Amino acid sequence: MCTYVTETLEIDGSAKGQAGWFKVTDASVYFDHPVHAPQAHTLNIDLRAPELGPAARVAMELSPLAARDLAHAILKIMESVPAELIEGDEA
Amino acid sequence: MYDTILAETITITGANGDAIEAYSARPLDSAPRGGVVVIHHMPGYDRATKEITRRFAELGLNAVCPNLYSREAPGADPDDAAATARANGGVPDGRLVGDVDGAATYLRSLQNSNGKVGTIGYCSGGRQSFLAAASLPIQAAVVCYGAFIIGTPPEGFPLKVTSLEPMIGQLSCPVLGLFGADDTFPPPADVEYLGNAIEKAGKVKEFHIYEGAGHAFFATDRPSYRPEAANDGWAKIAAFYGAHLS
Repeated sequence: MCTYVTETLEIDGSAKGQAGWFKVTDASVYFDHPVHAPQAHTLNIDLRAPELGPAARVAMELSPLAARDLAHAILKIMESVPAELIEGDEA
Repeated sequence: MYDTILAETITITGANGDAIEAYSARPLDSAPRGGVVVIHHMPGYDRATKEITRRFAELGLNAVCPNLYSREAPGADPDDAAATARANGGVPDGRLVGDVDGAATYLRSLQNSNGKVGTIGYCSGGRQSFLAAASLPIQAAVVCYGAFIIGTPPEGFPLKVTSLEPMIGQLSCPVLGLFGADDTFPPPADVEYLGNAIEKAGKVKEFHIYEGAGHAFFATDRPSYRPEAANDGWAKIAAFYGAHLS
């Protein structure tokens, strides 16, 4: 099925794509059919810079297990980071 | 038998008079024939959809697939264009109708056109095939596992789609619907409801729900491919267009 389930959010950071590094401003997170991964459904992440055009995108298609592991690893790292190292983060 | 086919990227006039990209595949035989507007799925104007477009030409029909993401992402790779369109909430219904209208006008302008045009769409394109048939003078519409023809997406979905139920009475042609019993978007209960609603409106429908198949069973490049359902589905499509576009 096409789940259509999509979260979109503004982000601040950089990513490396086909043409090298660029500043990313938007992200889409969705669970739907992948383009390349050999599963019926994957957790897909697009880091995007719409101002630079559609090709300014770093894409990921992760198995559900890999997506959860990655999310946990990110949160584990972020929770262990001393507050004084986190600059300009209002969260 | 003369079976030469010409497949090429062209420019057609879409909604609001916009020039949009499209993929045309047509037999060069001069005998009159119908045409099909192929509406691509949400992942975009991709190789698989172009293969489908060429298959219609091989079946003897003129076919054209408009790139529904031409405006957001001109010249972009299909997956990048689809990502942009998804983030923007999909294709607005009014624009889709205008683009399909432009594609139908192109087909009817071909020298070997008999004036009849059908639509076919997969996934989100299935809903759009139905939308086009309820908005434009079309002779045959095929819906392949289109979700949200009735009902609306759950809260929080970024898709800007509304129920087409109020438009059922405006259908201009018979509808062939091909669905998977294991699909959840749309679930078989919604398919049954839609079929009943079409008949109640005095319109013609032919629905088939394939056991052992889910969503995207026609997609040969995905694990959802179900050869038995797909082969039978292609036969049903050929017969349906044969009956209504000849």
